[in-house]
Amino acid sequence: MNYHWNFASVFENWPALLIGVEGTLRLFVVCLLIGMSLGLVVGLGRRSKSKPVKWLSTAFVEFFRNTPVLVQILWFYYALPILTGLEISPFMAAILGISLNSAAYSAEIFRGGIQSIEPGQWEAATAIGMSRLQTLRRIVLPQAIRRVIPALTNRGVEIFKMSTLASVVAYVELLQQGKLIASLNFNPLEVYTVIGAIFLLILYPIVRLTYALERRLARSD
Amino acid sequence: MTDPILQLRGLEKSFGDMQVFKNVDLDVAPGDRIAILGASGSGKSTLLRCINVLETPDAGDIRVGGKPVGAVGSNGRVRYSERELCALRQRVGMVFQQFNLFPHMTVKQNVTEGLRTVKGIASAKADERALKELSRVGLADKAETYPSRLSGGQKQRVAIARALAMDPEILLFDEPTSALDPALVGEVLSVIEQLANEGRTMLLVTHEIGFAYHMATKIVFLAEGGIYEMGTPDAVLKNPQKPLTQAFLAEHQRFHF
Ligand SMILES: Nc1ncnc2c1ncn2[C@@H]1O[C@H](COP(=O)(O)OP(=O)(O)OP(=O)(O)O)[C@@H](O)[C@H]1O
Ligand SMILES: [Mg+2]
Repeated sequence: MNYHWNFASVFENWPALLIGVEGTLRLFVVCLLIGMSLGLVVGLGRRSKSKPVKWLSTAFVEFFRNTPVLVQILWFYYALPILTGLEISPFMAAILGISLNSAAYSAEIFRGGIQSIEPGQWEAATAIGMSRLQTLRRIVLPQAIRRVIPALTNRGVEIFKMSTLASVVAYVELLQQGKLIASLNFNPLEVYTVIGAIFLLILYPIVRLTYALERRLARSD
Repeated sequence: MTDPILQLRGLEKSFGDMQVFKNVDLDVAPGDRIAILGASGSGKSTLLRCINVLETPDAGDIRVGGKPVGAVGSNGRVRYSERELCALRQRVGMVFQQFNLFPHMTVKQNVTEGLRTVKGIASAKADERALKELSRVGLADKAETYPSRLSGGQKQRVAIARALAMDPEILLFDEPTSALDPALVGEVLSVIEQLANEGRTMLLVTHEIGFAYHMATKIVFLAEGGIYEMGTPDAVLKNPQKPLTQAFLAEHQRFHF
């Protein structure tokens, strides 16, 4: 192979790439926040004593876990406006698709974490007069979350990478910008190499941070 | 005689098909120290857990300070509101066989947790109180340690301090030394003995019959779905009247020398 790499043609377009990075990060942060917090709520819902709450949470998990995110984004973008008359931006469609899917997965992670806490912890807190909610918030969740940080980290990484799916509705993120640059400069090899590298450069430090967090939280072991 | 602080009336409890209690009545007066004995599966833990409603009784009354806990619901069963139960559990502390300390909190935080979260006491005051209770069990120097660094005996003493910090009127101990190495049993029994000497009201499930004999004011022997034999330590332990009690004590004294 005798290919002449020409990265200059990519880096000349750095303002476009920067806009892409910004779009990716914005989508990531919003989806991470919604996905994790909704996941916690749904995960708790699956353990609820109320039958309807339990049923709804389970239905939510199964529905969003078993449909492709790409299809969901397209559906929210093209079908939802027709059904509801609401205007859905590419950003909105991507948030809905990615967040709801992530919420379904993280709900299962949270549920598993909560279930792994020994009944003795609930009982000890209950026995000193703590309410169910206080016990959950002060005793069970802090321990459960610590146990599921590695699994949540995986979810976070997955969310970050799923942001590229938003390019399907022309949301301006890294991949979308890459496609644009590649089509104007006929340099897909360089462009997609750089895009891949940017993902790695952003994600790896974030993952390292979660390792540090894990270690910090393990100080009581 | 003083009025009882805790009364059980007609307590019933089943798990599925298995009836643990048919009809249990029990009065606990201030200063009573009741040791609960019985074979494995006779319902000793269940009795304690019904008192602070970690298990919901199927029927019967729990009265604390003369007032029944819970209200009869539309289906005829007693219903307990969470608020009422939280109040009850502050009056009735519990110490578990497996300690159940909160592993993500330091020893001091384990003791202050109830003070702060349940009683709403400010952090400085709660710390002060925690240190007082930790000194009582001889562990003030471990305040900043995490439970994973403690021996079993130390863990159980922290658990006792955690219960004491809530100012309970009654203490429930469910086999507090059964999970311990024999060498660590003594330190925990000493703490319980010290509480007995202070005149605290307590119910203690134990297999340490010698200890029960020395510290209890009353022995309750559980069998056949309820209180099978009850009386002073001398009456029940030295001179049991009924066959199951006799058999149980004989079995427990088999290796005494
Ligand atoms: N949550 C539960 N679900 C089903 N059965 C239970 C439950 N808790 C207790 N039991 C049953 O009820 C009976 C009484 O149990 P309990 O734990 O009160 O006995 P115990 O006297 O404390 O025994 P041990 O000396 O072994 O601790 C046992 O047969 C036990 O198997
Ligand atoms: Mg037991």
